This record gives sequence, structure tokens and C-alpha cells, in this order.
Amino acid sequence: MADWDWDFTWEILPRLLAATVNTLLAAGIGYIIAMFLGLAFALAQRTPSNTLTMAVREAVEFIRSTPLVLQIFFVFYVGPEFGVVLSPWVAGMIAIGLHYAAYLSEVYRGGLENVPQGQWEAATSLNLSTARTYFRIIIPQALPPSIAGMGNYLVGIFKDTPVLSVIGVAELMQTANSIGSENYRYLEPYTMVGIIFLLISLPSAALLRSFDAWVRRKLGMN
Amino acid sequence: MEQAEDLSQYPLELTGKNVPMVRFKKVAKRYGSLTVLEHLDLDVAEGEMVTIIGPSGSGKTTVLRTLMTLERINEGVIYVDGKPLTHMEKDGKLVPASQKYLRAMRSKIGMCFQHFNLFPHMTALENCMEGPVHVLGIPRKQARERSEELLEMVGMADKRDQHPSRLSGGQQQRVAIARALAMRPKVMLFDEVTSALDPEVIGEVTNVIRRLVSDYNLTMLMVTHQMGFARDISDRVCFFYRGRIEEQAPPSELFGDPKSDRTRQFLSAVKEAV
Ligand SMILES: Nc1ncnc2c1ncn2[C@@H]1O[C@H](COP(=O)(O)OP(=O)(O)OP(=O)(O)O)[C@@H](O)[C@H]1O
Ligand SMILES: [Mg+2]
Repeated sequence: MADWDWDFTWEILPRLLAATVNTLLAAGIGYIIAMFLGLAFALAQRTPSNTLTMAVREAVEFIRSTPLVLQIFFVFYVGPEFGVVLSPWVAGMIAIGLHYAAYLSEVYRGGLENVPQGQWEAATSLNLSTARTYFRIIIPQALPPSIAGMGNYLVGIFKDTPVLSVIGVAELMQTANSIGSENYRYLEPYTMVGIIFLLISLPSAALLRSFDAWVRRKLGMN
Repeated sequence: MEQAEDLSQYPLELTGKNVPMVRFKKVAKRYGSLTVLEHLDLDVAEGEMVTIIGPSGSGKTTVLRTLMTLERINEGVIYVDGKPLTHMEKDGKLVPASQKYLRAMRSKIGMCFQHFNLFPHMTALENCMEGPVHVLGIPRKQARERSEELLEMVGMADKRDQHPSRLSGGQQQRVAIARALAMRPKVMLFDEVTSALDPEVIGEVTNVIRRLVSDYNLTMLMVTHQMGFARDISDRVCFFYRGRIEEQAPPSELFGDPKSDRTRQFLSAVKEAV
């Protein structure tokens, strides 16, 4: 059995921390894409156009029913066959953003449906425009009940970033793999990766809870 | 598919001496096979206070909702201020109103709901300012002053920075009235605005409505189950029965000497319930 090597641990730590920044960046960018794209998916399913609604619903269902890793491979390797050549980062961000957009759109959809019909009617009777009604009246009320779900997927996207290593994005997992194969030692890099993920995931949950409370307070609903 | 209605029987606009502020002309509203309004004719004169009473499901709310354009009608035409509301003129003919036309016409009408429907994430003042600033385009400062005046009028000036969750039902309803008035409507609609309130706070809302009747030249259409209040302040009371006006008269007459058996039955049933 291999013994834990502290010198080796300290030696690889800077590289792992640098890769952590990439992991956070990947999760952050992917999540921002997912947030906006997800909102677009949710709103598209509420337009009067049945064709658009059905098309988006099918797309969301499709994305939710297939593995993330397949979607990443698809964008990265199949894209070029159609003349779309993307760097690992760009392909990875598109795939992971799209994947989580599908999940977030369901969270938003639930939140939007939660807003009482009377709010729409009040907005109409005040003659507010559709855009104003959505962005000032409906979405702010759909948000608080969505935050818990959104938080789960934020932690989810963070924990899914290692999948990006399959196309060579230099995030934590990819870096740990490289370190391992360069030194023929995997115990320390993988353990450290686990600890780093734990150290970030655990406080995030608590942070999200206080954010949830803050938003509710801010919107005057408690 | 419904047979297309012959709209040429309806005038493009109402002209002459006594143009009503609101006119329902042969209005029908159906949900599937259920007919909720059946060829309803109803005029409300400018400045008039008309109260609608009637049994549950008789179509009272539907009258207000079609007028607020929250529901589309299936037949007939509604006119507001002499112009068609549900339809518009195109090439000398009436056609169903476009969203743009509805938006223009809707500005003449304000509505208060049974459950207030205040925006919970905005303070009382913000609720009142939202429409004036973002729909009417009134400068913030001016909109604020006017909203504060209206909140003062409904006795809610000191609560202007509170969110609805901090207000009682009666207080929320008064804010809702101020919010509707801030849009400067010509016609105000009240749908059972006291039904969700505790008995001891009903008075604070009815007093505000009394004030509107005495101090403002508003045309008002009110649905209520409070017969005493209806009797006090209405110019005319309409008794609805199955989507039609069974009987309408000045309150003293309708409550004092109802002509229709159905009206009489309804009124005595209501009296017993109290
Ligand atoms: N969206 C809808 N879909 C189907 N039926 C509806 C809808 N809205 C109203 N109705 C029906 O239309 C009829 C009239 O409803 P309306 O709300 O106008 O009655 P009301 O006189 O206001 O009754 P209440 O005193 O109970 O408020 C009722 O039978 C109701 O069930
Ligand atoms: Mg009703």
C-alpha cells in the first residue's frame, strides 16, 4: 500500500489550485449561460405559438434524457463534421450550459406557474406591457421559490465539471490526471481533488440558504 | 367553428347627446358549452354608480372581467366612452380589437379585485407608481406626489413604505384602490372588494368608495354581496340571473319593491343569511 507523501502533496498543490480556478470558471460561465438560456427556454414555452412551445419542450426533454458526456462529445467531435470547429473550452461551455439550461428551465417553469393568476390580471388592468409584466412583476416573484432548485444545480454543475476533462479542458480532474500519469502517483492528486470539491461544495449550500433568505427579504416576502 | 358574427349591425362609434360611458351591446360570453353572458345589454352613464347583485355563478364577475379586457367576448360589442372596446374600426368595418388597440382603450378602465392582487415585492407607494411611471410615462417625482396624495386620500399615507405582507386586508384593498386611481381611469370596476375582509375592516374600504362617489366624477360598476352598502350608494342596481339582467332599478325600488319573483327570492335568501 502506498504511503501518503506530504512533500509530493505540497509540490502539486499550486498546480491543483490553479486548476481549481479553471474549474470554478467553467462552472461559473456554464451556469451563467444556463441561467439565461434556461430562462429563454422557459419563456419560449409560454408564448402563444404552439409550434415553438412544442419544439422547445421536446428539446428540453431530449437534453434531460441523454448523458452530459455524450452532449460534450457531440458538440466537440461531431461539430467539426458540420464545419463547426470549437476549442475544448468553448465546446465544453456550450454543452454544459445547454445541459443545465434544460434543467433550470424546468425550475423556472415551476416558479412561473407558481405566481398567482391575479398578478397577471393586476398587471393587465394597469396596462403594463408584456415585457414589463414579466421582468418587473412575474419573474421577481418566480425567483424566490426557484432559488433552492437553482442552488442545487449550481452545486451540480460544479460537480459535473470533471466531465469536461474528456475533451481536455484543463480543469481540476484533467490536471490531477496529468499529475498522476507524470509521477505514477494518483493517491495524492485524486484525494486533493476530492478535498477541494468538498471544501467548496459544503459552504456553498450554506451560502445559498442565506442568499435565499436575503432575496426573500429584499423582495419583501417573508 | 362558430359562425362569424355580422358586425355591421353595430355602430362604429356612439354619437349623439346621451352617449353612455359604458355600453354592452348584445354581449355573449361562453366557456365551451356554458353560456355565462347571454346577449347582455347594459348602459352605464358617465358618473353613474351601478351595482350588480345576483346569485353565485350568474356572471357578475364576468361582466367586469370582459370590460377590463381580461376575457374576450364571443358575440356583441362593448363600447367605452363612445368607442368600441372589444373591436376596432378597419376599412369602415368593425373587426376584433388588436392588442395595440386594447392597450390604448384599457387605459380608460381600472379594476379592484376581491383578493387585492397587490404586487407583493413592492411597497404600497411602488405599487401605486408602477403604472403611472412605466405606462403613462409620468416623471417619477410627479408620479410620486400624485401617488402619495392618493394614498393620503385612502388613509394609507403612513404605510406607504410597507410591503403588502405587512398590511391588513382592509389596508391592502385601500392601497389597491389608490393604485387603480393612479392610472386616472374614467371607469372603475370593483369586484367584491370587501368579500375577503374581516367584518370589522369592511367599513374602512366602503368609506373610501363612498368618498369616490361623492368627490370624483368616476363611472363605477361594482359587484357586491353587501346589500346595505349597495342600497346606500348606488344610482342603479342590476339583479343578474343566469347571465342576464333579470331586473334593474334605483336601489330604493329594487330593494323596496322588487318586480321579479327571482329578485324577491334572492333578496329574502340574502336577508336570511345575514
Ligand atoms: N375561466 C373559466 N372557465 C370556465 N368557466 C368559467 C370560467 N370563469 C367563470 N366560469 C363560469 O362562469 C360562470 C359565471 O362566473 P362568474 O365568476 O361571472 O360568476 P359570479 O356571478 O361572479 O359568481 P360569484 O358570486 O360566485 O363570484 C360560473 O358558472 C363559472 O363557473
Ligand atoms: Mg364573482
